[in-house]
This record gives sequence, C-alpha cells and structure tokens, in this order.
Amino acid sequence: MKQFLSFVRKEFLHVFRDRKTLLLLFGLPVAQILLFGFALTNEIKNTKIVVCDYAHDGASRAIIQKLAASPQFDLEEALLSHEQIEASFKKGKVKLAVVFPPHFESDLQHLGKSSVQVIADASDPNTASTLTNYVSNITRSYQQELGGAGDPYPMQIESQIRMIYNPELKGTTNFVPGVMALVLLLVCVLMTSVSIVREKESGTMEVLLVSPFHPLMVILSKAVPYLVVSIVNLAVILLLSVYLLGMPVKGSLLLIIGESILLIITALSLGLLISNVAASQQAAMLMSLMGMMLPTMLFTGFMFPLENMPLPLQIISNIVPSKWYYIIIKSVMVKGLGFSAIWKETLILFSMAILLLSISLARFKTRLA
Amino acid sequence: MRTLKYLLQKEYRQIFRNKIILRMIIAMPLIQLIILPLAADYEIKNINIAVVDQDRSPFSRELVNRITAAGYFRLQQYTHSYEEAFPLLESDKADLILEIPPRFEKDLVREGRQSLFVAVNAINGTKAMVGANYLNRIIQEYNNDIKWEWKTPAMGAKMIEIESVNWFNPYMKYAFFMVPGILVLLVTMISAYMCSMNIVREKEIGTIEQINVTPVKKQYFILGKLIPFWTIGMVLFSVGLFVIGRFVYGIVPIGNILALYAFLALFLVAVLGFGLLISTYSNTQQQAMSLAFFFVMIFLLMSGLFTSIDSMPTWARWVAYSNPVSYFIEVVRMVVLKGSGFGDLGRYFLVMAGFAVGFNVWAVWNYRKIS
Repeated sequence: MKQFLSFVRKEFLHVFRDRKTLLLLFGLPVAQILLFGFALTNEIKNTKIVVCDYAHDGASRAIIQKLAASPQFDLEEALLSHEQIEASFKKGKVKLAVVFPPHFESDLQHLGKSSVQVIADASDPNTASTLTNYVSNITRSYQQELGGAGDPYPMQIESQIRMIYNPELKGTTNFVPGVMALVLLLVCVLMTSVSIVREKESGTMEVLLVSPFHPLMVILSKAVPYLVVSIVNLAVILLLSVYLLGMPVKGSLLLIIGESILLIITALSLGLLISNVAASQQAAMLMSLMGMMLPTMLFTGFMFPLENMPLPLQIISNIVPSKWYYIIIKSVMVKGLGFSAIWKETLILFSMAILLLSISLARFKTRLA
Repeated sequence: MRTLKYLLQKEYRQIFRNKIILRMIIAMPLIQLIILPLAADYEIKNINIAVVDQDRSPFSRELVNRITAAGYFRLQQYTHSYEEAFPLLESDKADLILEIPPRFEKDLVREGRQSLFVAVNAINGTKAMVGANYLNRIIQEYNNDIKWEWKTPAMGAKMIEIESVNWFNPYMKYAFFMVPGILVLLVTMISAYMCSMNIVREKEIGTIEQINVTPVKKQYFILGKLIPFWTIGMVLFSVGLFVIGRFVYGIVPIGNILALYAFLALFLVAVLGFGLLISTYSNTQQQAMSLAFFFVMIFLLMSGLFTSIDSMPTWARWVAYSNPVSYFIEVVRMVVLKGSGFGDLGRYFLVMAGFAVGFNVWAVWNYRKIS
C-alpha cells in the first residue's frame, strides 16, 4: 500500500509539473463552458439581409421599417436589381433578400392581393427556412394591422408556443451535459493512454516492469491522478454552470456524481485498453482522437440529434458509453428526474464499465514487445 | 536548395515508412467524412408529436390529419389530457405536444379566434425551433384553407403572399451545407496535430541534436517539416471533395476551383505554421498534443461550423474573426455552393495571408537550434 501511494505521488508530480498539459486539463473545460454559455447559440440574430424595393410606396416602407426594427435582422442596404442580389450573396455576408414588386401597395389596395418575394441563401437550409418564417410573420402582422381594429380575419387560429426546459433556446442546456461527457472522456481516455505509452516509448516502462512492484499497480497508479483531475473538472463544470450560467441542477447532485464516476471508470478502462494496443504516443493519440473523441461528439446526441441518423448509425451509437451518460445527466440535471427514470441507462453504462475493465485487464501484458 | 531536397527525402521516407500512422491520417478522415455528414443531419425529419385533443371535432381531426400527412411528424399519442402526454415529453418519446382546447371548433366559428397550445422540448434549441416552425406553417396553411372554405371571399380582406425562393441549395439538402465544412475540420485537425507532434518527437527521441549540429539553416529545416504535411493536406482535401463529396453526396463545386485551391494552399500554410509554433513551445509530445487540442477545439467551436457567427455577441465575433478556420469554412461554402470566384474572395485572401505569414515567422523566430 505504501508502495502504491508513492507511485501515485510520482504520477501526480508528472502531471502537475507539466504546465502546458495542465492548460488542457483545466483550461479546456472552463473555455468550453464559457464559449457554450456565452458565445454559441442556436438562436438566429443579427442576420444581414438586403431589401430590393421596386415599389417605394407606403406599404413597402412600412414593412421595411418593421424588418429593420426586428432583432433578428441587420438591414444592410437597399439594392436595386436582381444581379446585385446574387453578387452580394456571393460576397458572403448576406443571407436573405426581400423583393417588393412595383405597385406593391396599389395591388394590395385594389386587387386585395400582393406578393413579396423572399430569396434565401439556402446553403444553410435550416437558417434559410427560419429566416423565411420570420419575414412571413412580420408581413402577416403588418397585414393584420392593415385590417384595422375590427375583426378583419374571422376564424384566426393562433398558436402559442412554449419552449419547455429552455425557454430562451440557449445552447447551454443542451451542451453542459455534453461538455461534461466530452471532458471526462478526453481526460481519462486520451491522457491516460498517452501517458502510459509515453513510458513505453521513452523506455522507462522497462524499469517499472522489472521492479518488484506488481505491474498492474504501476498502471493503476497512472490512472489515479486522472481520476482526481476528472472529479475536480466535474466540480468546476457544475459550479460554473450553476453560478455563472444560471443553470440550476434540478435533480440529485449525489446521483450526478455517482453516474459520473461510473463514466470515469469506463473511460479509464478504455484508455488502458488503447495503451495496450498502441506502440507510440502518436498512435495512441490518433486512436483516442479519431476512434474515441469524434464518435463521442457525434453519437452522444448533444451536437447532432440521434434520431435523424440512418438506422445503422443509430445502432452503432448504442455502443458509445457517453450516449447513455448524456441521457442520464440530461434527465437528472435539466429535467430533475430521479433514479427510477434512468435505471436502465445506468445498468447499460455499468455493464459497459465491467466489460471494458475486464477486457483491458485480461489483455494487459507484463512483457514488452 | 539541395539541402532542402535531402531534408524532404528524409521526411517523406519517415512518413511513408510508418504504415499505421499513414493509414490513420489518410483513411480515417475519409471514413469520417462518409459517416459524419450522415450523422450531422439537422434536416429535421422525424419529429415525434403527441396530440392532446380535447375537442374531438371534425376541425381538430382534420388538423391532426394534416400534421401527420406532412411527413415531418410522427404521431406518438392521441389523448385528451395534457397530464397523460407530458410524461412522453419528459422521457424524450415526444418532442412536441400540441394541445387543442375544448370547444375549439365551436368557439372558432362563434368568436372568430382560437388559440392552440404547443409545448416544445427545447433542450436542443435548433431542433425545437425547426420543429415549431414546421408545425406553425401547417397550422397557418390549415387556417387559410378553412377561411376560404367558410367565408365568401373576404370582403376587403388583404392578403400578402410570400413567394419564397431558395438559392444555391434548392432541395435544402443539409449535407450540402455540412460536407464542405466537415472536410475543413478534418484537414485542419490532421495537419495541425501531425505537424505539431512531428518536431517535438525529434526533440523527445533526441534526433533533433543530430540536425542541430549540421549546417542546415533553420528555415530549411522548418520548410522540410512543412512541405510533406502540406502535400498530405492537399491530397486529403482533393480526395474528400472530388471523390467522396462528388460520388457519395453528389456535390459539384460550382465556383472557381482555382480560387479554392489557392485559398487551400494558403490556409494549409497558416495551419501548419500554427502547428510548428506549438511544437517550438513544447518539449514533449504530450504537451504539444495538449496545446494543439486546446486551440484546435476552440478554433472549431468558434468556426461557424455548428452555430452561426452572426448570432454571437460582439466579443465572441471578434474571437471568431481572429480564427483562420472560420475564414476557410466560409470560403469553402462560398465557392462550392454559391459559385464565388477570386473577385469575391479578395478580403479573405488578404486575411489568410496575414495568418500564414504571422504564424510561420513567429515559429521560425522562436525555433532555436541551441537548446
């Protein structure tokens, strides 16, 4: 035991003496929380649009004023011809053009019908359809004002939309649980595997393996500092998200910590497994990054909705541990559900941890190639 | 010049001898490129909806029929109490709940105005917004239709129609938007990581000493490290765009290919310069990897690949504008989808040249042959 503790102490020194690695270990979670909390949003604001007004009458000007007043749009300039629209799209910034035909108001007055053309840069399809929707809402509200105070449109159906769990459509609610999964995996899989392989590459592993200390303990002592670092990170992320982002933990904190430790154990076993297979630090890094980090970002469901993926990918996503962790954390933290709602996911995560741990221990070799 | 030739020979040999690494930096990104856009599909299709119909009138049933017939929505439950539907939202089995109030049809006819209630699970903001938009559109269309059916063409009513046109991507394919961006992401990751780890590896194994004692100038040494990864980046991008983009996703760049390649060449110099800069500041591969990962992660998040830069607050927009990746993602999308050419890209070239010169000069200046 005393031996083990002194080994753990050695590993801690390794980690804490390397200032530049510490930047990744502690800086990345903080940077990610700050960016996700304050910079990245799914709302659409300040989009540059251009207006092409052939009408120059009261109605077109009234609608233009409404467009300019809305926070979603940043009215760029009034253009005159269609060629100029295309040119301004190609220059990049402009995402939408609104074209009023000549005689817009008089058509509206006399024929009772008039049309506005909305040209969207659909290279980003979702933004395009959202923007088109905003413009049509604005013209509809103008149209209702036109009708006067009476009841110009009998049988009007309104839809009142409530955004549950995340009324301001912040990226945070979706991302904080995702960042937790990502950071825990990053620290545990990537750092553990690289630091073990590093000893192989620099030849010091040889020295450690021939010592009277049990080889398994050598490896376990390498995992301890990263376990501690992950728990500290978890605390930092939770504190930041509660006090800085104002995203309260609705469910039981104890449950969150317990589930996180389960994920950490799973990830550490994975890191161990990779370090068994990889011969050089570069290989270990590529395996963890390409084989672990990208699938995690993809299949966890916090960046991309899983249910949209083709069926084979949905099936593959089931073997990614962070997917289950993400479901658990989302349910407990955001929705405030208890253990009864997540026991199935917990069981899956638990069996993954056991499976990975036993595979990596079974494959652990005391001989160097 | 001859020195450079020999240095390049050495570097290429080192890269091509290591079969595992080579396979990883060529094959893995391409496999990712096939899988990623399939996964990163925000084209919302299967929105699960629960309908709470407290009216059960011909009107309400017609509305529900239209919603299910539209193709975006899957009806998960059809009940008459909100309490029964809410657990579905809680357990992610439903994304939306549409509540039709009692006496909806009667009151609509009598009072001329009725409200429907929609509750959206907004944990994923984009999905929530797109889903609500679709539902709203169907409800509006339905509303217009019953107006025409029930009223004599409204007296004095004025209609403004919206004719919407979608340029550059008329079928609204999300993959067209994502594939070029993801390609940039992969090229950036591979070149920054590989380049930053390469010099440090020589430091760690000690072979850098052997180069430091030769009369090789440090500019040549750095060029020798830069050029091989530059060619790998070019090859990777070409295969990604012209083989996978073309044959898997059917993307044909409509803009000026020469402009795209000129920009790619400049971008790679900038990113590789950044990798070199990191490697001059690190002593171990673990350090280089950590630094590279830290910055590349921030570059990618702030690149406008996943969320729009315009919507960011001012300070964040400045961060995004001091990020080379955000410029390249924009340029790729402009050239491939919108058909932009040299004339449209002038400003972008200037900025990227600034990055390329800045990073590389800094890296060469900071590299010391004497340790």
